[in-house]
Amino acid sequence: MKWGVIVFPGSNCDRDCAHVLADGLGQDVNLIWHGDTSLGEMDAVVLPGGFSYGDYLRTGAIAQLSPIMQAVKEFARAGGLVLGICNGFQILLEAGLLPGAMLPNVGLSFICEDVWVKVENAGTPFTRYYESGHVMRFPIAHAEGNYHTDPVTLAALQANAQIVFRYCREDGTVTDQANPNGSLDNIAGIRNAAGNVLGLMPHPERCAESVLGNQDGQLLFRSMIDAVIAGQD
Amino acid sequence: MIRARIHVTLKSGILDPQGRAIQQSLETLGFSSVNDVRVGKFLEIELNEDDPAQAEQQLKAMCETLLANTVIEEYRYELELQPSRPPS
Repeated sequence: MKWGVIVFPGSNCDRDCAHVLADGLGQDVNLIWHGDTSLGEMDAVVLPGGFSYGDYLRTGAIAQLSPIMQAVKEFARAGGLVLGICNGFQILLEAGLLPGAMLPNVGLSFICEDVWVKVENAGTPFTRYYESGHVMRFPIAHAEGNYHTDPVTLAALQANAQIVFRYCREDGTVTDQANPNGSLDNIAGIRNAAGNVLGLMPHPERCAESVLGNQDGQLLFRSMIDAVIAGQD
Repeated sequence: MIRARIHVTLKSGILDPQGRAIQQSLETLGFSSVNDVRVGKFLEIELNEDDPAQAEQQLKAMCETLLANTVIEEYRYELELQPSRPPS
């Protein structure tokens, strides 16, 4: 299937995503410059991690106004699968494709470490290769991953099973101590109400190869491939 | 011409860890009367516009769409009418 990986000025995980998809999973990958206005024929789009526009003003605030984002919004509205990783998640929030906003980590530090993350909803196109309750080791690397939203939106996220990933302990229990950045309700990743847009702070592309000693992230990309193929049948 | 001064701060009730760290530092320096510190952004925008009502309408739109994220931030602004430059 055809994947578009958007490249913003300051993206730095675009090549990692392309490598995992093309070299690891045999996918057809196009790197798409943020200044382009069309995605072309794509089955899925990835907004990669990085520091688009130097995180000026707010993370993702300037990138969401890039010309290509209009095409990404139309693609999402038409039901196309959109995955935002780390800075990509922040851009999706600023673009209004996902609800809420990011605050600076509660400890004020840039956190670069492996954390435990639990799959809360395995019934999405992004998680169908996981099982609900599955606990994984995912790397995070961010300074603004402290997810925030208003109580009404949080209740809706919970009621609609839109919280897909949460920070947890190794045994899967969700505690304040297991929350690396102060994120509301230990949220590590959410999807939109329609279910075709996912944003997460952890980096699945950094744990998708056996040579790295961790392939937990590969199942996310394979889930998306499976979902697209199933949709085409 | 109108000069606008825009202040963007975290909404009250949202934890401001940076403000808290600064407050603690001020206390360390002996400023024991500091009750609360909130950190925000300050922007100055020069508008090629002489009508305060028009300027305010534009500023509000700028704040709502880009300068502030109203999920977490609030904003306020002051306008200052600048004397027009004499023709050269």
